[in-house]
Amino acid sequence: MSGLIDAIGPAVIIALVKVLVTFVMLLGITLLVVWAERKIIADMQSRVGPNRWGPFGLLQTLADGIKLFFKEDFRPRTADRWTYAIAPIATMVPAFLAFAVVPFGNEVTIAGHPINFIVSDLNIGILYFLAMGSLGVYGIVLAGWASGSKYPLLGAIRSSAQLISYEIALGLSLVPIALVAHSLSTLDIVGAQAGTIRNVTFFDGIPVLEQVANIFRYVPNWYIWSQWPAFAIFLVAGIAETNRPPFDLPEAETELVQGFSTEYGGIRFAMFYLGEYIHVVVISAMAVTLFFGGWSGPGFDFLPWLWPLFWFFFKTALFVYLFVWLRATLPRLRYDRLMWLGWKRLIPAALLWIMVTAVVNTEGVSRNVRLGVFAALFLLVLAVVLRGDPRLKEAVTPQRRRTQGRLSRGAA
Amino acid sequence: MAEIWQEVVFWVFAVAMSLAALRVVTSSNVVHAALYLVGTLMGAAALYVLLFAEFVAWVQVLVYVGAIVVLMLFGLMLTRAPIGKAHFDNNQRLLAAVVAGALFGVTSYIMVRAFDGTDVNFARTVGTKAGGLGEVIFSAYILPFEVVSMLLLAALVGAIVVARKDEEVEGHNAD
Repeated sequence: MSGLIDAIGPAVIIALVKVLVTFVMLLGITLLVVWAERKIIADMQSRVGPNRWGPFGLLQTLADGIKLFFKEDFRPRTADRWTYAIAPIATMVPAFLAFAVVPFGNEVTIAGHPINFIVSDLNIGILYFLAMGSLGVYGIVLAGWASGSKYPLLGAIRSSAQLISYEIALGLSLVPIALVAHSLSTLDIVGAQAGTIRNVTFFDGIPVLEQVANIFRYVPNWYIWSQWPAFAIFLVAGIAETNRPPFDLPEAETELVQGFSTEYGGIRFAMFYLGEYIHVVVISAMAVTLFFGGWSGPGFDFLPWLWPLFWFFFKTALFVYLFVWLRATLPRLRYDRLMWLGWKRLIPAALLWIMVTAVVNTEGVSRNVRLGVFAALFLLVLAVVLRGDPRLKEAVTPQRRRTQGRLSRGAA
Repeated sequence: MAEIWQEVVFWVFAVAMSLAALRVVTSSNVVHAALYLVGTLMGAAALYVLLFAEFVAWVQVLVYVGAIVVLMLFGLMLTRAPIGKAHFDNNQRLLAAVVAGALFGVTSYIMVRAFDGTDVNFARTVGTKAGGLGEVIFSAYILPFEVVSMLLLAALVGAIVVARKDEEVEGHNAD
């Protein structure tokens, strides 16, 4: 055994084990997330939810998966043979691959080898994450086209427009993070968020606030405090990337009869489903990594390697809950409003925020000035929200007149 | 040992890319052609990884595979919706062959001239960090960078002008 390890090299063994462990872990998480989603939504809608298989219905997803596995593998007569077969795989694989750059635990040493809980620490991790997101479009576009029927094709066209639009906002929302972290590596970004906010001298000399500033010594140094506009854009664009409600235009069951996956059944449909949930987990994990300090959190002497893992998965679970919550709460956006939000609000906001971050983080600008800028911006947004600004109302129901003009022209 | 494997992987990708590139122009189904193009571009990204140029490789995936070919597919579906077989052959094969051959010749000539005699040792090539690349782009290569960005801006404005004309006329009618 040790001869084999020497022959292949410990680095290769470590890499293979990491890939395998992460893959199996993601599959297990998906089982849990699907179950949790059904339970949470059932709870929100005053239903019981799955409760037949296993304790609390925990094995329901597994049972569904087995059922889908043994279903007949059919293909519509008009379908394009190979493209039809490739599409579900093309949805699932990038979603799995994107998790490769997510660090989900602190470094541990096993048999003399330092091991990071990350499949691959690319020095351009964020870029890799975005690239995988952009590959995810293919599965949906190809599925819609290859099915050889009308509704899937409409779903595919919608999805390609939606994903391209929101990819831009997603990419731009991560630029400020790279600016403040001086790195595109996810490990470096988590490292930069270690510790707590200290030496805040912004309130010095002001009687009561001077004491209040001491609180900052216990606040973790996460990017969410200084980069919350980037986080807001990231979250909205991230939800759009996963095709989840309220951005589930590509499948829109009431309009498109399930959209791109109409003609799919059995294990191929299960792959689309799996890809969607992995995507949710990946976006949640990325939000935690980039804005909420990744695996950082209070650790204890008892099992020191366990706590980072616990904090990472705890934070990720909160985000997954948010995704489910949004699905249960918000109605689907209309297609033109979706485009309007993406192009005319998110992208300009992201560009503006890049400018602000770049200017404020120039060398020589003190930390207190930065804090002041962020505080002022936050108060401004808060004031606008509290006042019920008509422009904000317009964001929810925009441009009624122009839309009607467009509809009459027959542009769907 | 490592160099041999690099060589093997290079040839595997090179042959796959060439075959895919050939199928791009011979495939009668235009969506299949686009998919073969994806294969070719992914192969190019793989070659960049082989040269330790990770940044360029993933930008290649992000921009060419993730955006440009997707836009092509989008355009195809929006305009012609070629469900099943569709033939797009404008019978200009000779001209296309001449242009492609000329481009290939010029590019090959420049590449051979540029690396004439120098033996590039890939094994010793150090991977470029994104930071270093950014510094080079914004110092030594600032002029080409700006020229390209102006070109892209012009294309963007052009696209808006072309698309806008239509809307203005119809908007006028609607009022």
